[in-house]
Amino acid sequence: MDSALIPKGVQRCPFWQFALFIGIAGLIALWGVYAMFLCWFKALNQTNMNDYYGFALWIWADLAVIALGGGAFFSGFLKYVVGKDELKNIINYAVLIGFICYSSALLILAIDIGQPLRGWFIFWHANVHSMLTEVAFCLSCYFAVLTIEYIPLVLENRQIDKIPFFHNLSHNMHEIMGIFAATGAFLSFFHQGSLGGVAGVLYGRPFAYREGLFIWPWTFFLFTWSAAAYGPCFTLTLTKLIEKITGKKLVKDNVIDLLAKISGWMILTYMVAKLIDTWYWGAVLAPRAGFNFADFYSNNAFYGQWIVFLELFLGGIVPAIILTNKGMRQNSTLLTLAIVLGCIGVCTNRWAMVCQVMAVPVLPFEQWQLYIPSWQEVATTILPVAYGAILIGISYRYLPVFPQERELNPIDGYTPIESENTHSESGKLQPAIA
Amino acid sequence: MFPFNFEWAWDMSHMVFMGGLWYALSIIGAGMTWCIAKTVIDTMKDDESHH
Repeated sequence: MDSALIPKGVQRCPFWQFALFIGIAGLIALWGVYAMFLCWFKALNQTNMNDYYGFALWIWADLAVIALGGGAFFSGFLKYVVGKDELKNIINYAVLIGFICYSSALLILAIDIGQPLRGWFIFWHANVHSMLTEVAFCLSCYFAVLTIEYIPLVLENRQIDKIPFFHNLSHNMHEIMGIFAATGAFLSFFHQGSLGGVAGVLYGRPFAYREGLFIWPWTFFLFTWSAAAYGPCFTLTLTKLIEKITGKKLVKDNVIDLLAKISGWMILTYMVAKLIDTWYWGAVLAPRAGFNFADFYSNNAFYGQWIVFLELFLGGIVPAIILTNKGMRQNSTLLTLAIVLGCIGVCTNRWAMVCQVMAVPVLPFEQWQLYIPSWQEVATTILPVAYGAILIGISYRYLPVFPQERELNPIDGYTPIESENTHSESGKLQPAIA
Repeated sequence: MFPFNFEWAWDMSHMVFMGGLWYALSIIGAGMTWCIAKTVIDTMKDDESHH
């Protein structure tokens, strides 16, 4: 039915199966859209946010998807700036994941601000003393960069590529992609950092407050570092997932191994910095503000020291050990375990830096404030997941997302012909890939 | 925000923040303009060579 749109030389599931998948994901997305409109039309009383929880599930989801989407900027940086050319075989997928993550983050923010029609105020009436203004600027600009990085992939669709203008546009965009990738890395450095900086400058909340360098608290650097370290883990996790779903090998092991190794060393160095930061905070900063380390993890029903164990040991030290060790990294089960734990680790870190910050009592007469999100908040947080599944499904079916797919999954009797040419990452004409 | 807006002040914060935004937007805009302009030229050249 849609075979004319599917890249040549690859196999896809029957259309009814694809339509069923999109239909199920679409129903979940519709549930989220319904909750989104409730929040817009009936206002934020649809949520369980209150005076204690101005930041809640949405902002955690926002920070988490931005950290997980960091694989796009870091892979782009490695490929175009550092020159790790092997990563061209996974960069399309990293960009697609980044595009989904950042569009989801912007969608969540559009719901969270309550009145999206006034979203442009942050650009026109900018508060230039706010780290969140910097986040809004860099996030919007970087989303534009990701869109520019995603467009050439869309233009490489078999039918679109036949139109000379789009064929040339795709070629020309590939030619200067390095400039966009470098701009994206610059923007990401600042918005990832500023998201951490928001927590670190809260001097009235000893759980979050950190000292730092000039105007930047240490959390600024830790957030950027962790996004670069853990973002590739998410890219690899979704690569493993799509390989499992399709039953195909889509990326060669040397590419996976390279990205996993880089991620492992980034996590290891991040963990050294994070452990020093945690020790200094628990031993010096918190006591100076009148707190003990244990005060932040006791006398409540949810926040215990298991959070520290989950974030730093299971989600940090364990993946770092596995991914930096060649033998362990090349074991498929251990690799999958490490990258999944890495994703859990960074999400736990963001949860602690958003929600636990709000929960910890600060004044002597305060109690722990626990929070359970409303169904509207849950539905709008699941919405990006469904949207992501739909976009990945459509992109995988109709676009040459994985350049090595055809080589790794040859079809009997198929021989590529010259007229199937499309562009390589370098911009030169190459045999059709996908 | 632009310098002609009433909220604008010629201080470091405004210049760094808004300057950074315009700088990034300029690179993105110039890059895309170059791509589209070159594509139009390339496509016209292709058309001519086919006639």
